[in-house]
Amino acid sequence: MSTDTLPNPEKNPAKGDGELIRLEQVTKRFGQNTVLDHLDFSVEAGKHVTLIGPSGSGKTTILRLLMTLLKPDEGTITVDGQKLFPASDKEVREVRKKIGMVFQQFNLFPNMTVLRNITEAPVTVLGMSKDEAVERAKGLLEMVGLADKCDAHPAQLSGGQQQRVAIARALAMRPQVLLLDEVTSALDPELVAGVLDVLRDIARSTDITMLCVTHEMNFARDISDQVLMFDSGRIIEAGAPEKIFSEPEKDRTREFLSAVL
Amino acid sequence: MNWDWSAVSDFMPDFWKGLLVTLQILLLGSLISFVLGLVWALLMRVPSRWVTWPVGAVTEFVRNTPLLVQLFFLFYVLPEWGLTFSALSTGVFAIGLHYSTYTMQVYRAGIEAVPVGQWEAATALNLPLRRTWTAVILPQAVRRVIPALGNYVIAMLKDTPMLMAITVLEMLGHARLFSQEHFQFTEPLTVIGAAFIVISYLASLLLRALERRLVH
Amino acid sequence: MTSGLWELVLKGVWVTIQLLVCSALMAAAVSFVVGVARTHRLWIVRFLAGFYTEVFRGTSALVMIFWVFFVLPPAFGWQLVPLWAGTLALGLTYGAYGSEIVRGALSAVDPAQKEGGIALSFTPWQRMRLILLPQAVPEMIPPFSNLLIELLKGTALVSIMGMGDLAFSGNLVRLALQESAEIYTYILLIYFVIAFLLTRVMRGLEKKLKGGVGKPVGSTADQELSRPQTTGVGGAVS
Repeated sequence: MSTDTLPNPEKNPAKGDGELIRLEQVTKRFGQNTVLDHLDFSVEAGKHVTLIGPSGSGKTTILRLLMTLLKPDEGTITVDGQKLFPASDKEVREVRKKIGMVFQQFNLFPNMTVLRNITEAPVTVLGMSKDEAVERAKGLLEMVGLADKCDAHPAQLSGGQQQRVAIARALAMRPQVLLLDEVTSALDPELVAGVLDVLRDIARSTDITMLCVTHEMNFARDISDQVLMFDSGRIIEAGAPEKIFSEPEKDRTREFLSAVL
Repeated sequence: MNWDWSAVSDFMPDFWKGLLVTLQILLLGSLISFVLGLVWALLMRVPSRWVTWPVGAVTEFVRNTPLLVQLFFLFYVLPEWGLTFSALSTGVFAIGLHYSTYTMQVYRAGIEAVPVGQWEAATALNLPLRRTWTAVILPQAVRRVIPALGNYVIAMLKDTPMLMAITVLEMLGHARLFSQEHFQFTEPLTVIGAAFIVISYLASLLLRALERRLVH
Repeated sequence: MTSGLWELVLKGVWVTIQLLVCSALMAAAVSFVVGVARTHRLWIVRFLAGFYTEVFRGTSALVMIFWVFFVLPPAFGWQLVPLWAGTLALGLTYGAYGSEIVRGALSAVDPAQKEGGIALSFTPWQRMRLILLPQAVPEMIPPFSNLLIELLKGTALVSIMGMGDLAFSGNLVRLALQESAEIYTYILLIYFVIAFLLTRVMRGLEKKLKGGVGKPVGSTADQELSRPQTTGVGGAVS
């Protein structure tokens, strides 16, 4: 694998010794339903954090708040020193450039080829030259094992292939943070391993910060520096994966793990 | 722009007469289009090319050519063939015929939207074909097509001024007559323009309410 | 019919085609500007665009033509050339219907596509240009094809204003021959042929635009029943 296609190490000056993301007293409601309840937590640069917990516990909402797809009702969110709400459109877009997201349903653009899905944003948003963007896109496609699919349209690919393209598309923006929102939930079981292998590779060989919502506990154990257990909009337990998965403190965590493992 | 309110009040008696004729055309035209459209839609399901081909061809032709020219055709040609009707009857028939080629598509879609299982269930119960249509298929189809038919009624409303071209005195006809007699064009044309906007807006509100009630 | 009368009809065909092309271009421009404005995030822009649609969709095309020919000149002091007056009246009216097509197709694009665009830091306009419009435009072709046929039929209305289009030439020939059946049959046939050709062209365009994305061509029963309110924007030659 050629490392020059991956997020650039120099771009993360805070590497391992600074806070990149901070949520303070964040509350989010949908109608009567409080999804996040005065939540506090922070993520240091370069760390891989996995959010686990029953569905509806607010994990995905955190990722969508960070990507500015949702607004919090209360509290502040800070990314790399910039507050997200309130912020000008321009400030929000600057923050978005630092964050990449991979969605459960891939959200590839069906009107573009695989290659153009990956090159479009670097060219129009970052102002990269087309040749450079294409070259990097090809490197990324090689990394995810789809070098031969450049000219295919998303509709011609399997779910697993589409998701790997979506990962390449997110990485092409050289984000400091990668948000992974249940990226294997929509896939047929036999396609899950291919996608997770790609993500393991990225976790091992780069220093990109990862925030990951998943139900794949083995994967979470492999890549995480920290695991956060959510229930009803709160973090009820946090710690290293060895600790959470082997000797959880809370009954609720034990129940959840025995149900999914 | 000079606006003369007295011209508006002078025009109002004519306006009401015109409105009455417009609504009359709309009501009768709608009825014709609802009935004829259903006839076309049912004929298109007869399993014989000798029926479907001519019906399909004629309705395509009527739908894809201007109503205005069709009005001229009926208005000038029918008397040559010895058939004389009043301008109003001719106009009502023409607009009803024209729109029946649209409503037939609505009926067709409504019939196709009835699940295949309904046909199968009717067959399994050994219902005769006539009964299958009248008791099972059409009642379900009609419910689905009412909003779409309503849209065509609103569309028809906006085509009624064309009957002016064959001497029918509906709203636009009265406005033109008034304009030519008094040399005041702005007021009557604006009044009827506003009337069309108001009527079709109210009708579409009504239709949306009806649609909500039918769907839920 | 004499060759002189046929020449009259051909001139009418030419006027009809000119008017059709001009008013179609104008209607397309209005459709996209107003349709995109109706998805704008500022409520005042959405409101104004929606107001435009309701007003111009609510009015009758023929009343609009009368208004542009008789009320505009004294009120604003412009005397428009008949071709431009016809283009203006038809373009504004049919553009209002078209804006509904554009709005509908844009809002039918999966909202996840918008989120994908946000996650890649595209600006709202970049999302519109690169993601939403390219996906929505192929879906607009069938309803626009129907609207184009309606517009063709609408062009006949200018004959009432004395503009020498195809329908008007029919009236002249009727007066010359004192016989109606033959000439009106020809006129209707000519309109039908033009409509047929337009439908073919639009279907080719649809195939070309949808080809890349691998989508089916044609309309379904569901689309027929959920069509937006129209001027009788119904089916076309199939």
